[in-house]
Amino acid sequence: MNIKDTSELEISSLLEDVYRKYGYDFRQYSEAHIMRRIKNRMTLSGIEDISQMQSKVLNDESFASQLLQDLSITVTEMFRDPEFYKSLRENVIPILKTYPFIKIWHAGCSTGAEAYSMAIIMQEEGLYDRTTIYATDFNQHVLSHAKEGIFSNKLMKEYTANYQLSGGNESFSGYYTSDSDNVIMNQSLKKNIVWANHNLVTDSVFAEVHLILCRNVLIYFDINLQNKVQKLFYDSLINGGILCLGSKEGLRFTDLDKEYSELDKKQKIFKKKY
Amino acid sequence: MNYEAIVIGVSSGGLNAMKIIFSLLPKDFITPIIIVQHISPHSDNQWIKHINDDSNLKFKEADEKEKIEHGKVYIAPPNYHLIIEKNKIFSLSIDERVNFARPSIDVLFESAAEAYKNKLIGVILTGSNNDGTKGMKLINEYGGLTIVQDPTTAESKYMPASVIAAVQVNYILSLNGIVDLLIKITQP
Repeated sequence: MNIKDTSELEISSLLEDVYRKYGYDFRQYSEAHIMRRIKNRMTLSGIEDISQMQSKVLNDESFASQLLQDLSITVTEMFRDPEFYKSLRENVIPILKTYPFIKIWHAGCSTGAEAYSMAIIMQEEGLYDRTTIYATDFNQHVLSHAKEGIFSNKLMKEYTANYQLSGGNESFSGYYTSDSDNVIMNQSLKKNIVWANHNLVTDSVFAEVHLILCRNVLIYFDINLQNKVQKLFYDSLINGGILCLGSKEGLRFTDLDKEYSELDKKQKIFKKKY
Repeated sequence: MNYEAIVIGVSSGGLNAMKIIFSLLPKDFITPIIIVQHISPHSDNQWIKHINDDSNLKFKEADEKEKIEHGKVYIAPPNYHLIIEKNKIFSLSIDERVNFARPSIDVLFESAAEAYKNKLIGVILTGSNNDGTKGMKLINEYGGLTIVQDPTTAESKYMPASVIAAVQVNYILSLNGIVDLLIKITQP
């Protein structure tokens, strides 16, 4: 059998196995995305067909954990889409300022680049001492990485440019300490971030928050799952709370689009109605 | 053969090539066309407007989970991969760059080949890297039709030449030749 002939049925049976044995549910992910990732893994690990893949997933935990990394989305940047962060500073911060304490949920935080970006903004706005950022992901590997707050030095040039484009006026290098290879984010940024394992697909509401950021995660889900996760977000936001999605995402596929007003249409910033 | 979709991959020199192709394709051309043009991640896709002005067909940026429809031309948004699901809707992804590109031609073409099997036409135009070669290979394996711009007529010949070296393509043509062929083989 050729990789080319891998059928939807075989893929869904593999995803079923992963769910039953490990509890991770990819069954409602975008099929084309899953197919691509699985084929990549087969090529990299020299696996010839899906049944070989299936037995490896069930019997080899380290392989299964590798596949989990493959299937999870870890691409991120600090101040990714600077225009979005600019709008956040201009349109969302004034709303957050009115609260005595501020809870932010960063759903699908990956290695934490955007959670640290948020912490920087809150610090610059003088709000960080009354802020808690819940940064969650289902991928324990990236969460541990995020908690350490260590990033490659090579990325800092791009992140600094993003930061400046987002309207940041401080010296970006003041937010971390660096050696020749890596940087480590300041303790003062880490102190109010709570890193937690949470799976958007299988877990439920865990806090009532003022702001949710979930950018470029929902694009990997099918429409039904998007709808389900949007319901989870809606239930987690206070009235008047803010929802920030990725620049190509929206509320189109949900029954909830009338329950929000648009704070910034282009940057996909929505406000839950009272 | 009833072809259901056309995917086009194009890189450097693409603006002129696409201007020519889309000024020649007629208004009643109904087979959907899906394009990856390599562009800067920060592009606002103004170039779409530029081509639209001279085109009989309407261009739009492909939206997340949008259904692919007849008579439309879709472009991959900057800084996202564009993929096609089996049920002929788009998904976007921010996965790692492929062949240094996001959107990548291979990513679109491979998913399109899976979705459309032998009902797909793949076209590679001018460009200076080898993105698209793997995708054309898969389209070919699925029995789809493969068309490459004649490298001698391309502003940048590396990309079409790379496909020709790796895949037994069906046609190697000038831009005008490509348009004539597309009209002929997609006529109902």
